[in-house]
Amino acid sequence: MIVRILGEGQFKMDDEASAVLDKLDSELEAAIDHGDEPAFSAALSTLLAHVREHGEPVSAEHLGPSELILPHEGSSIDEVRKMLADEGLITG
Amino acid sequence: MGVMKRVSLVFKAKANKALDKMEDPRETLDYAYQRQLENLTRVRRGVADVATSRKRVELQMNQINQQSSKLEDQARKALSMGREDLARSALERKSAAQSQLSGLQEQFVQLQSDEEKLTLYAQQVQAKLDAFRTQKETIKARYTAAEATSRINEAMSGISEDMGDIGMAIQRAEDKTAQLQARAGALDELLASGALDDLTGHRDDIQAELDMMSASSDVESDLRRLRGELASGQAKQLESGANGGQAQGNAQRAQYGQQQDNQQTQPQQPPYQQSAALPVSDLPVSDDVPVSDVEDGTGS
Repeated sequence: MIVRILGEGQFKMDDEASAVLDKLDSELEAAIDHGDEPAFSAALSTLLAHVREHGEPVSAEHLGPSELILPHEGSSIDEVRKMLADEGLITG
Repeated sequence: MGVMKRVSLVFKAKANKALDKMEDPRETLDYAYQRQLENLTRVRRGVADVATSRKRVELQMNQINQQSSKLEDQARKALSMGREDLARSALERKSAAQSQLSGLQEQFVQLQSDEEKLTLYAQQVQAKLDAFRTQKETIKARYTAAEATSRINEAMSGISEDMGDIGMAIQRAEDKTAQLQARAGALDELLASGALDDLTGHRDDIQAELDMMSASSDVESDLRRLRGELASGQAKQLESGANGGQAQGNAQRAQYGQQQDNQQTQPQQPPYQQSAALPVSDLPVSDDVPVSDVEDGTGS
């Protein structure tokens, strides 16, 4: 599975490492739902660290979309909410 | 559905919209390539802007360091002249300058890491763009418009995600740079005005009070330290005086005796000039100013 960290690039992850992502992702989602900024930034840091540690950087020749996309390091809940609402943050 | 999946769907929707707009899908590739080239230029400009901000912060840190040591010198001088009030106000300014400094240090480290990350990212984007150019030319040469569609969709969904990513990275870098420039501009003005003691602008009352308490304890401890330094300096002088031998002691006694005699013979001399006369007798006498002239000057 290919995962992208915004601002860093794409990583290839095996199934075992991907399974852990689901659990971390639900923590991230819960933090967004509760507007809990400290929990959010902790969950995001853990997620990013996991992908960087277990993922293999994808070569430049690969031109394909990612199954999962992670927000930038240091993102705020507000930024992620806007991204999900697609308020012109992503240029097409 | 998880957050990461939702974000990727938002990106995909954007890619599809871009593809739908084009009549000939092969045009999409050229268009995407051009856009991504422009983006790359903007990322490089972003790296340069971050470097400029970092240098500016470094310059400000140097300025504040200089200001701090100048204020400490002033405080030491003021204290040696018995002007504790002046020393206190200099140390208060120093404490305000120091609090600016720690904020700048944080910024500096952050900017260094931003610069590194953006540089790496620009290299990555460049490599991807080179690969995309090759693929785009292959697709255009080998396939008719109809045949190319599925190939193009595949390549486009990848490059479109890259474009969305790079677009956001640029936006973030530009926002941050604008913010930092505003802060740096404000601090430059502050440094120019020399009003580094008036920094508790927009903070809540409790924080302001806490800052004041910590600042005043900084000032107290600085005052104690400087007093200690002064006291030990005087102690050393006394010590070296005591060890200086009897000959010197006798010479000094003889000098003081002479001056006392002078004072007795000139009782009309105002008191502040008595103290001024003390060092004159210790000064080497220069050829062009006769001693009698100096004494006349002080006596009249």
